[in-house]
Amino acid sequence: MNAQAGKALLIRGARLIDPARGIDAVQDLLFVDGRVATAGAAQPDQIIDGSGLVVAPGLVDLHCHLREPGQEYRETIESGLDAAAHGGFTTVCAMPNTDPAMDNRSVVEYVLRAARASARARVLPIGAITAGRAGKQLAEMSELADAGCVAFSDDGSPVADAEIMRRALEYATGLDLPIIDHCEDSSLARDGVMHEGWVSTRLGLKGQPAAAEEAMVARDLQLAELTGGRIHIAHVSTAGSVDLIRAARARGVWVSAEVTPHHLTLTDEAVLYGPGGTTVPAYDTNSRVNPPLRPENDRDACLRGLADGTIDCVATDHAPHATTDKQVEFDDAAPGITGLETALALVLERVHDGSLTLMRAIESLTASPVRALALDRFAPGIGSLAPGSPADAVLFDPDERWTVDPRTFASRGKNSPFAGRELRGRVIATVFNGTISYSAGRLVTAGPSARS
Amino acid sequence: MNGGSGLRPAALHLVETNHSGRSSATDRTPAAPASPPAPEGRRGAGVEAARWQHRHVLDLDDFGRDEIMHVLETADAMREVLARDVPRVPALRGTTVATLFYEASTRTRASFELAGKVLGADVINVSSSGSSVEKGESLVDTVRTLQALGVNVVVIRHKSSGAPYLAAAHTTAAVINGGDGWHAHPTQALLDLYTMRSHLGEIRGRKVTIVGDIAHSRVARSDIWGLTTLGAEVVLCAPPTLLPAGLGRRVSSEQEEVSLPGVTIEPQIERALKGADVVMTLRLQRERQQAGLLPSLREYSRRYEITSERVALAAPHALVMHPGPMNEGVEIAADVAVSAQSHIEEQVTNGVAVRMALLYLMSRESGA
Amino acid sequence: MTDRTLMSADDIRRASVRIAHEIVEETRGAGNLVLVGIQTRGVPLAQRIAAAISNFESVPVPVGSLDISLHRDDLARRGVRPRLHRSELSASVTDMSVVLVDDVLYTGRTIRAALDALNDYGRPRRILLAVLVDRGHRELPIRADFVGKNIPTRAEEQVHVLLTETDGRDEVLVHLQEKI
Repeated sequence: MNAQAGKALLIRGARLIDPARGIDAVQDLLFVDGRVATAGAAQPDQIIDGSGLVVAPGLVDLHCHLREPGQEYRETIESGLDAAAHGGFTTVCAMPNTDPAMDNRSVVEYVLRAARASARARVLPIGAITAGRAGKQLAEMSELADAGCVAFSDDGSPVADAEIMRRALEYATGLDLPIIDHCEDSSLARDGVMHEGWVSTRLGLKGQPAAAEEAMVARDLQLAELTGGRIHIAHVSTAGSVDLIRAARARGVWVSAEVTPHHLTLTDEAVLYGPGGTTVPAYDTNSRVNPPLRPENDRDACLRGLADGTIDCVATDHAPHATTDKQVEFDDAAPGITGLETALALVLERVHDGSLTLMRAIESLTASPVRALALDRFAPGIGSLAPGSPADAVLFDPDERWTVDPRTFASRGKNSPFAGRELRGRVIATVFNGTISYSAGRLVTAGPSARS
Repeated sequence: MNGGSGLRPAALHLVETNHSGRSSATDRTPAAPASPPAPEGRRGAGVEAARWQHRHVLDLDDFGRDEIMHVLETADAMREVLARDVPRVPALRGTTVATLFYEASTRTRASFELAGKVLGADVINVSSSGSSVEKGESLVDTVRTLQALGVNVVVIRHKSSGAPYLAAAHTTAAVINGGDGWHAHPTQALLDLYTMRSHLGEIRGRKVTIVGDIAHSRVARSDIWGLTTLGAEVVLCAPPTLLPAGLGRRVSSEQEEVSLPGVTIEPQIERALKGADVVMTLRLQRERQQAGLLPSLREYSRRYEITSERVALAAPHALVMHPGPMNEGVEIAADVAVSAQSHIEEQVTNGVAVRMALLYLMSRESGA
Repeated sequence: MTDRTLMSADDIRRASVRIAHEIVEETRGAGNLVLVGIQTRGVPLAQRIAAAISNFESVPVPVGSLDISLHRDDLARRGVRPRLHRSELSASVTDMSVVLVDDVLYTGRTIRAALDALNDYGRPRRILLAVLVDRGHRELPIRADFVGKNIPTRAEEQVHVLLTETDGRDEVLVHLQEKI
């Protein structure tokens, strides 16, 4: 059980990287009573040897599908938060496309209760924009906010009607909460199962063009400008979207944006070649995702956008699916990638290849997501390791090589296009609320053993 | 290679492999004196181990020139079998072929069924109506069931591109693609090549013009692979909305178009048809107009219908082909259809012969 | 590897001519006669014999060819598909005297397949078999009516018939593959 009261945990000698304070130095990190304490404030009950490892604030995911209530065959809150802990995450924002949708207080409370019971990570719920996510009528956002929602989204679906989006932005401004949009023009994207381009032609699959995302990004930015509202663009995937966001921000529009690790790594060729890189078309359903994987220049533009801050942060869009959802014809396969357990390593790949600095990489998973949605109003200090912040941290080895094997995932979703891929960068331990929520089993500790 | 999308080198690589051909073996000639004759007990120099390396036939994109010719030559022999008084041989006795058709098709399915039966195989037909397929049994489960039943070859037709690949990944049986979505229809392409070869002889250097809804045509795609591998010049002619993304149709200002060696896009039908040795026109489905891809069928006909005036622009010996069924008055004029009709009947027999050739080349002992 | 010549080009020529005479004697003339060569080397042999018969009977003798691969009894086991040739049998065989012609008679399975295949074309009045070489080791109750030469062989030996039309010269060799 959680015996944080009175407990002191010391991580000794790790390289502490805290982008919120611009710190990158080897120093001890002490947690007391579930908070970061100044060094030496108490005698540690437990000491973790962090030499050779990096310790950073617990990762924060703005975009996570926990599937419960309603789709427990894909994931439960417990398995999802377990996966989060495995991936180094201590806070996840849960998207409302559950069944029933999170468009009313009781579903929000259900989710928060289950999260507290699991005690593996913090859940910050995202409420629906429209009732039932049907896009017709605003949901009772004020009630959702009171219940604990930190933002609103109909994710999974776009808000197709511009007038509804306009009113949502205006209304949410009154609550001082952001609207997160899944930007996809329904008519342009209709029936498209992957990016429209040479690969979709080669495979005989109907595609959706980049314009389907960009047209709606443009619309949302205009509406944010019109209303003075706060818009967060979910899972940006195209070069055009990055340009639109950059220009809008320059004009003073209140916009933030996120990108997924898979959109920073893979291209639409993943559908053709699969993780194994076959010569026979793979029709890899684990590479089917919305927004779809795009060609190289889009991927590279998103990476540059993340590096220069146009895109604020990385969010996993963790979308676990069952085998029955994926082991079907491509046209029928559910879109989505299980992402919590590979996110950090994939972002670190971009550090290894020089596209991102380590500081920026960690920032994109910690301080930046918090800033983008102003989350420290709900959990002061998260995304940072300043004294007084929550005792949430990830301890990782930035160079350790490992091979992705979805069968070993804590998530019920094994739908990863990275199966068999060798990655560099591995979570060794995750601390949530002063307790070790995940350990790779190789911690060198002293003192009473922690729950691992 | 060209700059721009990294996709293209990969795509082109596939086609170029086909062009260079994979084996160095020459056309079949009587065994040269230098090579030691095959030992007795097998049939003399006529028997060369068939260089057949395809466990499945899913598309023509991975067929080298020699392999295509091997199929066509085998089909020649099969054609003769069909002409016998008793067109039945026991070659595939003990082999079970299943046709698994999720899309209705009398013609293709009957063709495969007959092909199997002529060779002495047992053929079972699984169609999507009235079977567990309709009750929602997954494709993977269905394929596994067939395997448990001892089926050696599965011929699958499905409306979703890639379905045969999914099937092939879950069975040890051999899989033949009878048509998947917009993606491929290799047996139709082989039969088209067979027909062209029987009328024109050498295909290398011939100009083959394909007119119509290329974007949604699996026949066109497989024909393009086969024709370019055999060295033909392919010209595609269609309104921009019916050309495939990335090939003749830009999809973004940054993405360059792909070019396939041996394939050109010619929007003007007169230029496309000029001097063509083969004019192939594709069926235009009404749904395309309903989906907003065309203003009207009438407008399409005005610009693209294959009329006798347009056929006259092609070479005098030009072959007019259509994969069938034809929409007279839309993509092909009635009088031209009649002349094309004569080839269509011949194509039906050729189709059985080509499918017999594939079944013969692919079948193996059960579970081998 | 040792090769022994069993028949020279002259031997082959004389044997073919003798077979031609024997056929005509047995069938009482060349009317109602069809020669069917079994792919591959049975075909040029059949053509030679037919030419000889036409020569001394002054009557054209139709020649057909038969690819028996599709009738083999060992297709399933082989895994490798023999390359097919088109059979050519434009002359009707029904009510005719058909002489199957092959280069070597060995186990008899090829002839069994040929009899089966011939059935697809009609119903001959009688079927006779002419071979250049009979090397024994029959596995089926099949015998040749006309034989160029009887050559007893060991199972490990291989008999190669070379013909000008297919191999550039006429010769019959026996070949012993030494076991490695």
